[in-house]
Amino acid sequence: MSLLELKNVYKIYGELHALDNVNFTVEKGEWVSIMGPSGSGKSTMMNIIGCMDKPSKGEVLLDGVDIAKESAKNLTAIRRDKIGLIFQQFHLVNYLTAVENVMLAQYYHSMPDEKEALEALERVGLAGRAKHLPSQLSGGEQQRVCVARALINTPEIILADEPTGNLDEKNEEIVVDLFHKLHDEGTTLIVVTHDPEVAEVAQRRIVLRDGKITKSVVNENFTGKIRFS
Amino acid sequence: MKKRQMFLRMITASLMRRRSRMLVALLSIAIGATILSGLVTIYYDVPRQMGAQFRSYGANMIFVPADTAFTEQDVRQGAAVIQAADLVGIAPYRYENVRINGIPVVAAGTDMQGAQAASPYWHVDGAWPAKDGELMVGAKVAESFRLKVGGEIELSYTPETRTQEELKTVQDQTCTYQITGILDTGGSEEEYVYMSLPDLAKLTVDDGKVDVAELSVSGGAEQLEKYIEQINAAVPAVTARTVKRVTASETTVLTKLQALVLLVTIVVLALTMICVATTMTAVVAERRREIGLRKAIGASDKSIVGEFLGENLLLGLLGGIIGSLLGFIFAQQVSIHVFSSSISFRLWIVPVTILVSIAVTGLASLLPIRSATEVDPALVLKGE
Repeated sequence: MSLLELKNVYKIYGELHALDNVNFTVEKGEWVSIMGPSGSGKSTMMNIIGCMDKPSKGEVLLDGVDIAKESAKNLTAIRRDKIGLIFQQFHLVNYLTAVENVMLAQYYHSMPDEKEALEALERVGLAGRAKHLPSQLSGGEQQRVCVARALINTPEIILADEPTGNLDEKNEEIVVDLFHKLHDEGTTLIVVTHDPEVAEVAQRRIVLRDGKITKSVVNENFTGKIRFS
Repeated sequence: MKKRQMFLRMITASLMRRRSRMLVALLSIAIGATILSGLVTIYYDVPRQMGAQFRSYGANMIFVPADTAFTEQDVRQGAAVIQAADLVGIAPYRYENVRINGIPVVAAGTDMQGAQAASPYWHVDGAWPAKDGELMVGAKVAESFRLKVGGEIELSYTPETRTQEELKTVQDQTCTYQITGILDTGGSEEEYVYMSLPDLAKLTVDDGKVDVAELSVSGGAEQLEKYIEQINAAVPAVTARTVKRVTASETTVLTKLQALVLLVTIVVLALTMICVATTMTAVVAERRREIGLRKAIGASDKSIVGEFLGENLLLGLLGGIIGSLLGFIFAQQVSIHVFSSSISFRLWIVPVTILVSIAVTGLASLLPIRSATEVDPALVLKGE
């Protein structure tokens, strides 16, 4: 059974078909990138996969559960337990330190553990910046805190929405390297991006246009240890 | 780390690290709490303060004889029922008809210190009689007989019990007194001559009789009625009564003043609620992304409500503590400037102010917090 399966998914706003009969699957441990121009339906798909929105029609099976039929309360629980989110704007709580931001995800999931949160920050190379507020961190550092927060509860899927959209080249490289590490450890990654360089390092690349999947390309060169270049 | 510890860490971090934002909310709560605490302090102190003010308008209780007359001993016994702190002044009066140059005048024997305390509005030109042989005369008497301060006056007295035969043969009692002051009240008191009870007893050769006693007692109408009930039960020779003119107006003014203070307090609480609700609405609007983020990473509506309510209740607690202290200073200043006396600190007002402050903040936050739960994470976290 696939970890994620979208079957005949539509998202319709009046006359507009933001998603138009989308079908695709993601296997456990797979790294998939979803790309496309603005208005292609990337964000809509990200919201549906991230349990923040429901399709107008179709099935979205996550671990065998059709999340399209779940209540808002259950969707919150699914997000908390199975999904780690990474955002383009980082979305860190500005009055909490880096370690507290990571602990926030633990707080809603189970039990906050400062030691574990510090270890997560260490994994993203930010052990020395744990007590800093987001305003004291660079964009790249903030995104790494966001990654640490996403992975702290060992989710089934890490869903990243334009994770490198606000980063310079150096920080982009650091974040993509982190994705490689996470993938090597068996984490399933879905990265929504309009950046071809970021999309191309994934195992599989899905291209969206006008709400439809126009292309699904497998990266033949993907070895599992591929470096961003 | 326990969840509760993290919860406290988050809400204190929110208050401490977002100081400028939260200061506005805290300020509105603290101002509301200050006025609440100050007005409640004044509300409960007004009867005492106004009671003291009213006492300058004279006696509010009188003793009259249950039968024909009573004695100074009865007056003392009646006065003993009243708590010393409440008894502002007591003046027993004995009235006798005397003559000045053959013209009848009413002489009042009293305890000068007591009369001074019970009737502080009496204006004396000169001085109050301080020793035997001294008296003061009412302004009208002084005018009729052209009497002056420092002059002497001879009073004569004829006992009512004398027969026609005795009146012809026995001479009147006469005594000479020095005038120390002229009494100016604007009332009937100006038609009397005032001397000490022993001097009047000496003139009339009759000791211990009292016709009426005037008392100035602090405390509300209810307290006064209680004292009257106790005195009437304890001293059979005396009938105690309130001076309705004084007590009724005192009660009316106090009731109106307290109602006014209560009304202002309610208005201030309502304004505080509006102010806090507005500030909280602005805070929620400003933190929509944070709320969206929290929901996106798994916060339930209950958690969001708990966190915002926790922050607001902590603000209410801080505002209440600040307000209860500032409120006392505010009440103290009002008391000093309006009533010219200091106010007593009522400890119970502190927890009440804190609790009301927390409750008002909680209530005012309900709608803004509810709107926080309606934040759609997909909308507020949308990429740019």
